[in-house]
Amino acid sequence: MAAPTTIDLSAALITAPVPIGHWLAILPVAHCIMLGAVLLMLRAHLRLQAWFAIAGLVMLALIDAALLAKVAAEGPLTMVMGRWLPPFGIAFTVDLFGALMAFTSALVALAAGIYALADIGESGRRYGFFPLLMLLMAGATGAFLTGDVFNLYVWFEVLLISSFGLIILGSERQQIDGALKYAVLNLIATTLFLIGVGILYAAFGTLNMADIAARARDLRATAPLMTLASLFLLAFAMKAAAFPVNFWLPAAYHTPRIVVSALFAGLLTKVGIYALIRVVVMLLPVERQELSLLIALAAGATILVGALGALAENDIRRLFGYVVISGIGNMLAGVAIGGPGGGISGAVFYAVHSMVLMTALYLAAGEIARRGGGFLLSGLGGLYRQSGAFTALSLMLFLAACGLPPFSGFWPKVILVKASLDSGAWWLAAVILVGGFLTTIAFGRLFLLAYWRPAPTAAMPSAALWRTGLPLAALTALVVGFGILPEWLLALSQSAAAGLADPQAYLHSVFPGGIR
Amino acid sequence: MEPLLAILVGLFFAAAIYLMLSKFTIRIMLGIAILGNAVNLLLFTSGRLTREVPPIIPAGLDALPAGTANPLPQALILTAIVISFSFLAFLLVLTYRAYQDLGTDDTSKMRAAEPDDRPLPPLGY
Repeated sequence: MAAPTTIDLSAALITAPVPIGHWLAILPVAHCIMLGAVLLMLRAHLRLQAWFAIAGLVMLALIDAALLAKVAAEGPLTMVMGRWLPPFGIAFTVDLFGALMAFTSALVALAAGIYALADIGESGRRYGFFPLLMLLMAGATGAFLTGDVFNLYVWFEVLLISSFGLIILGSERQQIDGALKYAVLNLIATTLFLIGVGILYAAFGTLNMADIAARARDLRATAPLMTLASLFLLAFAMKAAAFPVNFWLPAAYHTPRIVVSALFAGLLTKVGIYALIRVVVMLLPVERQELSLLIALAAGATILVGALGALAENDIRRLFGYVVISGIGNMLAGVAIGGPGGGISGAVFYAVHSMVLMTALYLAAGEIARRGGGFLLSGLGGLYRQSGAFTALSLMLFLAACGLPPFSGFWPKVILVKASLDSGAWWLAAVILVGGFLTTIAFGRLFLLAYWRPAPTAAMPSAALWRTGLPLAALTALVVGFGILPEWLLALSQSAAAGLADPQAYLHSVFPGGIR
Repeated sequence: MEPLLAILVGLFFAAAIYLMLSKFTIRIMLGIAILGNAVNLLLFTSGRLTREVPPIIPAGLDALPAGTANPLPQALILTAIVISFSFLAFLLVLTYRAYQDLGTDDTSKMRAAEPDDRPLPPLGY
């Protein structure tokens, strides 16, 4: 093995203490795991546990915000475990993309945590909702921040096992059914990823992402990099529920508690997209270019399948599940187009928007069910008469999901359509627009039936709860904010995409002495 | 040695995929167990196989001498074994519970989450 390396190995063995600022890279993950343990110890005090969890999630959001600010100001940040410098130690390397995703996921988790105060009852808490939520965040944040491919696999598994726990919370018949399909297919996807990691290690002799990115150019002639890129593509597409491998999502996402669905829709598929962008855009850019037609076809099919599925659904949770799939198609389209100017920055923007929006939509679905008495379109009605404020709020979310201005879904779609026209893929632009149109019809029908239609039965007007209303309103405010003032997020996603396309700063942060 | 192991890995994958294509959950579980082992062997092979020189740094040297075994794949496999074992345990319990609750181990009859007779959405007011 021992590929000839020009990294200064003797420097890597000097174990000077880690600079204090670098701890920020690992702090979010450590915080989540420690808090998970503390919450587990508090399992006999359910009220206290819940408030502890909310405080912990607020802390997590603050830590991630500090990390994002630091990375935005100073460039990528690397912390190596025990100061065993790469290629020996396991590196946590945080660039703008990872920090942005981590911060958004913390916001989403905080909203879901507050909503759970009302939605998750005594028995759900006793089965460990809040500890599992913290461990899920540990897995997601770890995946966003790590700089090592095997480590990414491990965080995927942390994420997966806590999501198994969450999805069967309640143990109803349909939950068991959904969980079985979800669990088996996601486990196969992660195993495919692990196969990719094994071949990657055989080809490169290293699993450090910066090292791989630097060496991929030289190994192109000898190593089976196309095979690798295709394997990773399949594994992450399965995780993200892209077209041919998406059927586990509509089978599972409507079964758990609504706040669990919201978390999953916000986080899990986006972790798959994140990993896809990280691996095929940053590590194997030439292979991404060669696979771009395949990715574009998958993206187009995903958009259409999602939109058509949403049109045909009667259960609003399943309808939103198809909207998640359609959004994944849009992000994949960005990956297929590539290029720091358009495709990737559009995908990054769309990922951030979709995390906030999908969580908000599912929370709104919970609210619809609480007010209207069920999730089925055929039985809903009269919500507008019941509460004008809730109707306005839902309408904003629906318009954002369709990609209509002035809400957050509009800008990434503009970027993606423009980028695909610029790259000559007019049909991809058309598919994105048609997908948006079909989604608009689906949401229009939802609005018509659930809100405008007179109530079929005299529905009980129920008092608003701050525990459900606050997170919903906050997420909607974010959706509106991203739409009206997109410059901030646009600039962030553009520089994140630039950092992915040309990872010099990333490499320099891992190997300050230079690689060759 | 590597070609032999590569063939073995291929056989494991073939058996795993065959079993996972089955309709019955217990066969799918067996397939997943075999798949996990196939991947572990693949990781092991991908670290290159060398004979009998343990990866220990002799006194007076800073680095491993040439020809030693690579310890990293073993660390990776150890992690992967623990993870796949715990997942298999969870999945087996879930399968058993599904068998109890749904009364079948045939995935084509497990329609609790997606019943066959789902109504279409209303087509008018």
